[in-house]
Amino acid sequence: MDIFLQQIINGLVQGSIYALVALGYTMVYGIMGLINFAHGEVVMIGTLVTITVAGSLIKAGMPVAVAGLAGLMAAVLVCMALGWALERVAYRPLRNAPRLTPLITAIGMSIVLQNLAMMIWGRNYMTFPSLLPKMDFEFAGANFTLIQIIIVLVSAATMGGLLLLVYRTKLGMAMRATAQNPAVASLMGVNINRVIAAAFVIGSALGAVAGVMVGTYYEIAHYQMGFMLGLKAFTAAVLGGIGNLAGAMLGGILLGIIEALGAGYIGDLTGGFLGSHYQDIFAFVVLIVVLMFKPSGLFGEKTGDRA
Amino acid sequence: MNFGRFFRSTAGIALTAAFLIALPFVAAMGGQAWVRILDFAILYVFLALGLNIVVGLAGLLDLGYIAFYAVGAYAWALLASPHFGLHWPIWAILPIGAALACLAGVVLGSPTLKLRGDYLAIVTLGFGEIVRIFLNNLNSPINVTNGPQGITLIDPVSFGAFKFSGTTQIFGFALSGPQKYYFLLVALAILVIIINVRLQNSRIGRAWQAIREDEIAAKAIGINTRNLKLLAFAMGASFGGVAGGIFSAMQGFVSPESFSLIESIMILAMVVLGGMGHIPGVILGAVLLTVLPEVLRYGVGPLQMAVFGKMLVDPESLRMLVFGLALVLVMRFKPAGLWPSPERKRELQETGK
Repeated sequence: MDIFLQQIINGLVQGSIYALVALGYTMVYGIMGLINFAHGEVVMIGTLVTITVAGSLIKAGMPVAVAGLAGLMAAVLVCMALGWALERVAYRPLRNAPRLTPLITAIGMSIVLQNLAMMIWGRNYMTFPSLLPKMDFEFAGANFTLIQIIIVLVSAATMGGLLLLVYRTKLGMAMRATAQNPAVASLMGVNINRVIAAAFVIGSALGAVAGVMVGTYYEIAHYQMGFMLGLKAFTAAVLGGIGNLAGAMLGGILLGIIEALGAGYIGDLTGGFLGSHYQDIFAFVVLIVVLMFKPSGLFGEKTGDRA
Repeated sequence: MNFGRFFRSTAGIALTAAFLIALPFVAAMGGQAWVRILDFAILYVFLALGLNIVVGLAGLLDLGYIAFYAVGAYAWALLASPHFGLHWPIWAILPIGAALACLAGVVLGSPTLKLRGDYLAIVTLGFGEIVRIFLNNLNSPINVTNGPQGITLIDPVSFGAFKFSGTTQIFGFALSGPQKYYFLLVALAILVIIINVRLQNSRIGRAWQAIREDEIAAKAIGINTRNLKLLAFAMGASFGGVAGGIFSAMQGFVSPESFSLIESIMILAMVVLGGMGHIPGVILGAVLLTVLPEVLRYGVGPLQMAVFGKMLVDPESLRMLVFGLALVLVMRFKPAGLWPSPERKRELQETGK
């Protein structure tokens, strides 16, 4: 039973990171119907920028808390700029191109960003500075750390902020209108270009926050880390119904928990035949099974013929 | 200039044939490495044309195509290597590999029939990853795939006593291993091109194109969309399986690393960049995307030395950077691909897109 609880906790932490990244995919998809394949790399850049900024500030003798906050701010700013630039360079010129064209530019940008990161930060694994004190708690036989609590709280707060933005502000209303029908929204005076750019910028900021949390959690970073993370987060977004904000959040958390439980129990379930290194399979198996029964995700609306 | 007519004229065929025959000998002057690159270019033409059936003709976005290639490659590796001590002949393995890949295509296709567009893309992507993860981990408790180490000492292609590895003397010419594979691959590629051309204008090909344009309308005029979509998956997958088998034999070594998602993406990029659904375009895309990174590999380092006098940045990452930028720029200025089919070009112009 305590293993169960332990895995739920681990899954919740991992899941809230997935959820934050998934929001970036789903916002862009909801508004433009485009898979921003480069989003995982934006997250990676966020982590690496934090390492550089926070690491050098700590070395210069700054208090850890200040350095950490500065690192986070730097990561958010760099990623926002990056998101804006991505939209401008790789997606805006292709808004009316055939559907697969922006997919290829997204992949191209993803390759470019990965290799830029490799040039700047090198091809070795880097240690992430420890920004939070290590404290352990115990609850009903399961252990969890302060870092885990903070990750869940920060992502909950960030997602709450996003929901407020989308449902309570004028920009949010413009975003929802554009998602429904860009042509009509622009007739109503919505500046489509600005709304789309905003979606990229906000999504990238969320990605930066997620990147910093991944770094603090695993204490290690690498120029290729964005790929699998992005893939999982995208899976989470599709699982929840892509284009749906609440769906992305729930999909992310669900995916995290399923993965953790799967990794914890697969050995017992298959009599030791399959080990926990099959963890990565769960995400995809669950996705395939869910889509077989609900072709537009758990919470997605029935999508039109967007082939 | 009408390329189609040119390629069908006697002079055109003779010129193309002469070019294709001379190519490996010209490339060999720069070293056997270039012949090997040519081999891979043709192997990718093969793969890209297989994927073109699924994506270009039937309009099903498949991001896990490499899984079928992997199935074919591992089928060959397991049936013709010391790993299990089996050394079956090509007549047996290649059809088995194709059949297994075809089966995998149907297995993937059947649960995804209801999905469309991007949902299909992510499921196929997941399928590709599942196959790779299994290949990586099926070394215990029973060692089937030998895990991340992969399988070595795979038999080369051979017909009777004629082996495709090593150098042989034919009519006074010394033919190296890669050169022999080149001719085998060209023969196979021509076969695939003929199948592709014939398919495109057949009843099945037209039905696929109807599904691509509007699935509901296609169903309404009596096209069995379910069977045809499965057929597209199965057919594309079989081509992937055959290509995988040849890859395995040519390399003599397979490991799960060769079948990662980025490979699927590269093949898709070849199809889209060249001009989706247009056979000459797809061939161009495949050749370009295989040769360009290699040219960059040999060009980027010396160029830096010449311009700056020293290596400023790691040539390996610079070459991929340039490659990524090239993808973005081509799509930016040629959204329909480098060589789109005339109909598609017209459609894009008419709608002002």
